[in-house]
Amino acid sequence: MTELAKKRPEFRNINAFKDLTTYRMTPAAWVSILHRASGVIMFLLLPFILWMFDTSVSSEISFAKFKAVFNAGAGLVPGWFFKLLALALIWAYLHHFTAGLRHIWMDISHDAVSKEFGKTSALATLAISIGLTLVLGAKLFGLY
Amino acid sequence: MSVNYGSKRIVVGAHYGLRDWLSQRVTAALMALFTIALLAQLVFTKGPIGYDVWAGIFSAQWMKVLTFSIIVALAWHVWVGVRDIFMDYIQPVGLRLVLQVFTIVWLVGCAGWGIQVLWRL
Repeated sequence: MTELAKKRPEFRNINAFKDLTTYRMTPAAWVSILHRASGVIMFLLLPFILWMFDTSVSSEISFAKFKAVFNAGAGLVPGWFFKLLALALIWAYLHHFTAGLRHIWMDISHDAVSKEFGKTSALATLAISIGLTLVLGAKLFGLY
Repeated sequence: MSVNYGSKRIVVGAHYGLRDWLSQRVTAALMALFTIALLAQLVFTKGPIGYDVWAGIFSAQWMKVLTFSIIVALAWHVWVGVRDIFMDYIQPVGLRLVLQVFTIVWLVGCAGWGIQVLWRL
């Protein structure tokens, strides 16, 4: 009976400020949370995406306006800010796309859900999405 | 899946959520294929891509039909994903309902905008 009376360890919900900052996340954990974050970014920027689709495709005049917004800005907002938004969307799409393919691969193949493959595929996902974002971002900001 | 309402409605168990899970995968695969189809048209264009080329891609009837279904797939995919996020982080039922209603209105509105742009071409 003394065994039972002893106080057992308690596991409560984590504290977002105290505990989350001390977590050391694995590559797969990073891919997972960034998949969610990139989805939210694209969800919130949906009006901007539709505005880009609308102005770029509607007429020659609106197409010129579309280009001008990124080069000269609109109103008080400078052009680089819109380029930054576009870059955020580029990263979000690339990450969501690559991590999504990894997801589907893991749904289809039993070999893909091993601990080792989880790590290597997560690192590959990060390398592809960040690498392509840098290449396209450099093009967007006119570095080449 | 014969009767799934009233007292027979399945609210727990292994198959609850299967439809959402599957529809998210199917819509994702469709959008991935659409991305490749769009990129292929841009890559195989000779010369600079101006307004004519860009608008020309979307004004083809088959591309309009395809883009239309992709807009619907996107809205559906986002609904499943955002609902997952709300179920994870938003615990008060009232707030969750408000956010879900907002999301539906937002997504239907955005889909309408996209379709309007498409069919003006």
